[in-house]
Amino acid sequence: MKDFIIPWDDDRDMGTRAATGAPVTLSIDGFEVTVPEGTSVMRAAALAGIAVPKLCATDSLEAFGSCRLCVVEIEGRRGTPASCTTPVGPGMVVRTQSEMVKSVRKGVMELYISDHPLDCLTCAANGDCELQDMAGVVGLRDVRYEAPEEGMRTHFATRDTAGGLNPEWLPKDDSNPYFTYDPAKCIVCSRCVRACEEVQGTFALTIEGRGFESRVSAGGVGDDFLTSDCVSCGACVQACPTATLQEKSVIELGTPTRSVITTCAYCGVGCSFKAELNGDELVRMVPYKHGAANRGHSCVKGRFAYGYATHSDRILNPMIRDTIEEPWREVSWDEAIGFAAAKMRGIQQRHGRKSVGVITSSRCTNEETYLVQKMARAVFLNNNTDTCARVCHSPTGYGLGQTFGTSAGTQNFDSVMQADVVVVIGANPTDGHPVFASRLKKRLRQGAKLIVIDPRRIDMVRPAHIEASHHLPLRPGTNVAVVSALANVIVTEKLYDEAFIRARCDWDEFQEYAEFVSDVRHSPEMTEILTGVPAEELRAAARLFATGGNGAIYYGLGVTEHSQGSTTVMGIANLAMLTGNIGREGVGVNPLRGQNNVQGACDMGSFPHELPGYRHVKGAEARAIFESAWGVEIDPEPGLRIPNMLDAAVSGSFKGLYCQGEDILQSDPDTRHVAAGLAAMECVIVHDLFLNETANYAHVFLPGSTFLEKDGTFTNAERRINRVRKVMAPRNGYADWEITQLLANAILKETGGAGWHYTHPAQIMEEIAATTPGFAHVDYALLEERGSVQWPCNDDAPDGSPIMHVDGFVRGKGRFMITEYVATEERTGPRFPLLLTTGRILSQYNVGAQTRRTDNTIWHAEDVLEIHPHDAEVRGITEGSWVKLASRSGETSLRAHLTDRVSPGVVYTTFHHPDTQANVITTDFSDWATNCPEYKVTAVQVGLSNGPTAWQEAYEAQAEHSRRILPAAE
Amino acid sequence: MSPDKLTRMANQIATFFRTQPGPDQAERVAGHLNDYWGPEMRAELKAHAEAHADELDDLVKRALPLI
Repeated sequence: MKDFIIPWDDDRDMGTRAATGAPVTLSIDGFEVTVPEGTSVMRAAALAGIAVPKLCATDSLEAFGSCRLCVVEIEGRRGTPASCTTPVGPGMVVRTQSEMVKSVRKGVMELYISDHPLDCLTCAANGDCELQDMAGVVGLRDVRYEAPEEGMRTHFATRDTAGGLNPEWLPKDDSNPYFTYDPAKCIVCSRCVRACEEVQGTFALTIEGRGFESRVSAGGVGDDFLTSDCVSCGACVQACPTATLQEKSVIELGTPTRSVITTCAYCGVGCSFKAELNGDELVRMVPYKHGAANRGHSCVKGRFAYGYATHSDRILNPMIRDTIEEPWREVSWDEAIGFAAAKMRGIQQRHGRKSVGVITSSRCTNEETYLVQKMARAVFLNNNTDTCARVCHSPTGYGLGQTFGTSAGTQNFDSVMQADVVVVIGANPTDGHPVFASRLKKRLRQGAKLIVIDPRRIDMVRPAHIEASHHLPLRPGTNVAVVSALANVIVTEKLYDEAFIRARCDWDEFQEYAEFVSDVRHSPEMTEILTGVPAEELRAAARLFATGGNGAIYYGLGVTEHSQGSTTVMGIANLAMLTGNIGREGVGVNPLRGQNNVQGACDMGSFPHELPGYRHVKGAEARAIFESAWGVEIDPEPGLRIPNMLDAAVSGSFKGLYCQGEDILQSDPDTRHVAAGLAAMECVIVHDLFLNETANYAHVFLPGSTFLEKDGTFTNAERRINRVRKVMAPRNGYADWEITQLLANAILKETGGAGWHYTHPAQIMEEIAATTPGFAHVDYALLEERGSVQWPCNDDAPDGSPIMHVDGFVRGKGRFMITEYVATEERTGPRFPLLLTTGRILSQYNVGAQTRRTDNTIWHAEDVLEIHPHDAEVRGITEGSWVKLASRSGETSLRAHLTDRVSPGVVYTTFHHPDTQANVITTDFSDWATNCPEYKVTAVQVGLSNGPTAWQEAYEAQAEHSRRILPAAE
Repeated sequence: MSPDKLTRMANQIATFFRTQPGPDQAERVAGHLNDYWGPEMRAELKAHAEAHADELDDLVKRALPLI
């Protein structure tokens, strides 16, 4: 056995995928190598440190065997087999560098290079080109093929050798904002096409033509990359061995020379990336192949949409003003912090301890979030802390807490590869969680079945080469009825897993639940009238889920953002327990988290009723831990949630807010009410990258740092704690945790409290681990060693917990909850006959503060209203018409898009753009248990319009007025 | 805080717990209010209830002495 493997570059391309079979021993170049059965000879050689030359092989893709560069000799076999497609065998004797294979390789390379331009020095891939590397490795010194003068064509010369125009030459396609396709440099290895199929699952690329005519082609005839189905995930660019598919940033900035592994700051998938730089200039973000959440894949946001970090709108200096009528004044950090501290202190002195509060952000790190809630509890001495998770997954916290005992997804993302039946309910993975969607699609192409429960025909219903077995297009607001109907079928048809229920749940509670859900009012035939879901389709879906093998449920905000959000989460947990789909790979209940650190923000005690680790403030034992750590007395009563803070502000008892990294004015429902709340406060401190919409009502602006500029951790939807690493110095001067500490210390100086003295976020994590049982073993050293770890990570689970509830539920016995359907009070009627539901699209992220400041706007420049052609026709609405969208809360206008993706009676829009302000329309109804807003159901009317409403114009004027900045004083 | 909103929220909570089995529905409504509503909100609800008890779900009324 060869023993000098380490320290090979961990990122080496092993050529083909890892296999998992029984050990097989063979000899490669005289070295004995033992690898799992099913491993290719190429990979076995790579594992032994021998890199066989290759072009069409890469370890993110299935072996293809087209380039013939990786040929080897194998004793007893004829010819020179390709090592990428040849599996190892016991006792096999392989020679990777014989005279024969050297000669074959040189010949192959000579042919490749005869049709490739030799502009290496000025090529964007210079130094990062596998073709260049292979030409070097095989020792290619000259190309003997000479073209006859009377005319011969290549693919790269604009003219043929006789001087005529060369029809084989195709111009560069630079339609995509982030990468170019240069056909002149293509060697037709098909890596891009295979990446688009195997990794991303979009099938946008193909090889058109045969032989010498073979070309990579995006979309159909007349398409370019932008107009094709390409979703700009970057997998093809990543796979391309030459400069054919090349990041525009590399073309502009040069090849990067150093890299830092960090975590994406967009959605809750939490992809690991290599930030590649020259000096402190970021050149590109490349998905990290050992990232446990993304396994080397990415989407358009994480891969390309980071330009906001250097956008000219970014505010880099602190600013203050006495009233929101005044323009902003740029001041020093000292002055801004002093101003803010004095204001907040003064408010508390005049209006009481509880008159101020904080909002933490799911975009910020665990360490920052922990400090912001600590600010409320240990500096302001109240529990007025909430997080934007309030408006997305707070019902997950309540619902899973009640049924399972803790608020978290039960699986890791890898688990989906063992699932047999996947239910996607109220989530749109291809747009909201694209890297997970690619994994899911891959599993579905392998034969797993899919059930989609969504009012819209989301892309997941019928993507390339997959079709959902069942799409249940329910009427918005009827989730509980649908989930109970599924349970009704499972219970009445006796499809439940009795052994699991008896072993893992309370049998008496199950019997009560079974009696409840068996009632005929929950049958699919009875609920069809409410839900609009055909009974037979629902019955078939229930049978498939209960009997189809490993059943996994993935859900999103289409579940939680309802009056009965918490009830639906409990109903989903019931379904998983009924069918025994908890506690092993391939099953589980998986909330898809909207933002990068929703899970972490909840874990860190951001909610006003609980301390870090989901411990209620009423518990003296938990309070004692923090009281001794912080030297303060902690209020045993819950504080105010975001909507309560705004209500209290309007009624005059809440006066000051420190809001880090969240734009409540744009993202929270009923914009007018939020604006009224903010306007009523005496001091609003906004800590953000940009003058967001909330900042229109702020008195202090503290410029934030991007995820590239600070150390910390994010916890993704699989409870995976991933490191965020400082890639460059903060352009605003301080990392966000430092700014919170500055503000805390300025106030503590006034009040005489003990100051904070953190010098690195690792120390904050130490405090978290010391106070929070699920994090007991987490520290930065462990994260350096393992890359990431999934909580709980403590004495009971020193390696972390990929799957939860394996031997028993966190609460002991799983608890079935009665889930009676209650119609939302938001009803359609003659004035507002349609139901509006809202969501996200792939290229934009939430309120768009980041993605609107990138070239992603090319895919989505404005929010549009999706409306069914029938509803459009009776209103005289045609494609692209300006329409007015009105609810009892307010009205706005936007352009219409006619589509049958929505059912008649349902309209849909996104909330990415502040000039549309979809939340002017949404109401203040909310989840009964958690006050999570009911974004997903609003009764509306739609009619033709001439353009923006008076409200939109007034809003725009106010925003412009409020954003004025005076030049800094000399 | 707007009494209408407090009333609506409290009644929503009662609507859920009414469907739950067991004799302690009012206690569970009270438990939920104590766990998730700050004391000021609970006090406002109580104050509003004095003159407007008819707006409140019966379970909320039974829960009021416990919050």
